[in-house]
Amino acid sequence: MTLSAFDPQPATQTRPTTQPVHAGGVSPSAKVTRKILVLGATSGIAEAVCRIWASQGAQLFLVARNSEKLAAVAADLKTRGAAYIGTAVADLDDTDHHAELLSHAINSLTGMDVALLAHGILGDQPRAEQDFHHAAHILHTNFVAPVSLLTWLSNYCVQRRSGVLAVISSVAGDRGRKSNYLYGSSKAGLSAYLAGLRNRIDREGVTVMTIKPGPVDTPMTANMNVKKADVNKVAESIVKGIDKRVDTLYVPFQWAPIMWVVRHIPERFFKKLNL
Amino acid sequence: MPVSTAEPVASTIPAASAPAASGKPAFESWGRYPRHNARVVQLHWQSDFPGILAGSHDSALPVGMGRSYGDVCLLNGGTLLQTTGMNRLLDFDPDTGILTAESGATLAQILDFAVPHGFFLPVTPGTKYVTLGGAIANDIHGKNHEVAGSFGNHVPCFELVRSDGTRILCSRRDNPDWFHATIGGMGLTGLITWAQLRLKPIVSRAIDYEGIQFHGINEFLELKQRHKDVEYTVSWVDCVSTGKNFARGIFMLGDHSKVPGELKPSPEPRLVFPFEAPGFALNRTSVSAFNTLFFHKQRKPHVKTIQDYEPFFYPLDAILHWNRMYGRNGLVQFQYSLPWETAVEGTDAILRAIANSGLASFLAVLKTFGDIPSLGMMSFPQPGIMFALDFPIKTGITFPLLERLGDMTLDYGGRLYPAKDAAMTSRQFQTFYPNWERFARFRDPMITSSFWERVTDTTGARLTV
Repeated sequence: MTLSAFDPQPATQTRPTTQPVHAGGVSPSAKVTRKILVLGATSGIAEAVCRIWASQGAQLFLVARNSEKLAAVAADLKTRGAAYIGTAVADLDDTDHHAELLSHAINSLTGMDVALLAHGILGDQPRAEQDFHHAAHILHTNFVAPVSLLTWLSNYCVQRRSGVLAVISSVAGDRGRKSNYLYGSSKAGLSAYLAGLRNRIDREGVTVMTIKPGPVDTPMTANMNVKKADVNKVAESIVKGIDKRVDTLYVPFQWAPIMWVVRHIPERFFKKLNL
Repeated sequence: MPVSTAEPVASTIPAASAPAASGKPAFESWGRYPRHNARVVQLHWQSDFPGILAGSHDSALPVGMGRSYGDVCLLNGGTLLQTTGMNRLLDFDPDTGILTAESGATLAQILDFAVPHGFFLPVTPGTKYVTLGGAIANDIHGKNHEVAGSFGNHVPCFELVRSDGTRILCSRRDNPDWFHATIGGMGLTGLITWAQLRLKPIVSRAIDYEGIQFHGINEFLELKQRHKDVEYTVSWVDCVSTGKNFARGIFMLGDHSKVPGELKPSPEPRLVFPFEAPGFALNRTSVSAFNTLFFHKQRKPHVKTIQDYEPFFYPLDAILHWNRMYGRNGLVQFQYSLPWETAVEGTDAILRAIANSGLASFLAVLKTFGDIPSLGMMSFPQPGIMFALDFPIKTGITFPLLERLGDMTLDYGGRLYPAKDAAMTSRQFQTFYPNWERFARFRDPMITSSFWERVTDTTGARLTV
């Protein structure tokens, strides 16, 4: 793991606490000074969400695996108006280093109001049916690693009695289907974990948000031949959902009734469907 | 931890989506003609190319929004590398106005960023839905050619990546031959990964607008002469009417307002042309009616007003997919420029040939090109007059007319614009662009286009409908 601050300022230096003034009068919303940690920042959804936050003047700490891609995303967000950008290159599968990574990130941001967990892999379903190591890899990246991160982050937030933990799960977690049940079960586990965590710490003033996107047009879904939602529209909904501290957010919203139906189809029929 | 992290994670680089087996191709140009099947691969990162082509023996072509009209953005049976996912803004210096962006960023995205910062595009075409890379590759021009030249004149530098992985930094100083070949190079010299663009300051979204009716090309040129100090000028011309209304039109002028105003970004367009119009919808009667309405929409011969830049620069962007109006067959454009010596005589002759052909052009745009030389080896603009017309595709009529008009253009010493073309013959192209053989040496061996194959074909074959 390599840690680096994109902004040359040392992390201890005082951060701007007022709205940054933009030439030409960009008027960021009232939440401009928000400090946001983004895990999996080069994922298609995270990048689109970060562009909105950057244009609002947010302070961001970005974590991703590929340094070249991370640098391009960081440069873009800086250009779009982020008040501060810190970055760290890390493989989030490596749970042993999570505590070190997260404390560095929060030191660099001098606090944290929102964390967005957006890393994940679709995996290769046919391969995972034959190869347990691949199946375990999907479960590790999409479920075990987020649990490790959220263990640390939820305790940090509970201590401060504030914060939003927004986690990207999936509609695929609502019911297992033969076409992607490894990915689906990793997200089902994640959704169940988040529901439990919310039940425990919502009363402590910490919002736990489960984001369930349908297929979104991003690099992850490039090989899926289905209708996909526009990533920028999805990002707008996510930003609004976080502002409103929604518990569970289906994006686009049409997926909520669709998944209600899918969840309620009796298993004796469901098992015969080709989904 | 139980899982080996050395195991490769599912690649973020997508495999190609399968080409459409039949029917609608995976990628269409704006004219929706010709229709060529190709597989489309999305580029998301500057490092995707050329690795994304590994194992593929197809030819490839970088494409952006597919807003060029003919086949300059198509590659029959090849791989289209669509850059629109590579749209990051990498740097902006408000002191110099220089924006550095990835090549798939659209001019619309650049405006959304630039306008609230008090900046505008130095040169803009009639649609903002084109990419930065496409604007360079076609060395596009706007309504301010006389004062600003073409797009490439405002691009200090860019990076070109060749299919062998070589990365070439191109500017007037660094690798100038690659710089001049790639500006206007139709995407054939390699992939532009990022580019710099020098934006210009504005204080308001508003345009001080004037519209003046005229009759005939000479009257247009007089008006043009009289308003030399106005930055943006363009004319709409009625190409259907004959007799006393022949070549009537409206001369439209605009300058960025000097009065400071609100610099908010543009709203999203709400109107979408919802279906393909039937083939008969655009006929001589309906187009004639439209032209008469347009001419008289402006009640007085001369109006002066203040307009937002959106309707001034991008009137058609307000209706997404307006090309569906032309129905299934699609449309072709005919866009020529003529040098000053033959401009009036040639334009008059071409307009009469069109009016007599019975083909109705819905939209005809007349502009002048100034003396600022374009930087591209293959750039279209040359000092003189420029005319652009849209035609519906009618079997047995449209293409014979286009060939005739192309030959007339050639005889008058003019040239046609590859970005708008689906019909020029190889003989015409090679006369219009005498540099083409020198340019061909800069073409990437893995990259070609349907257009390039067509106009460099020496067998004399050409498209017919």
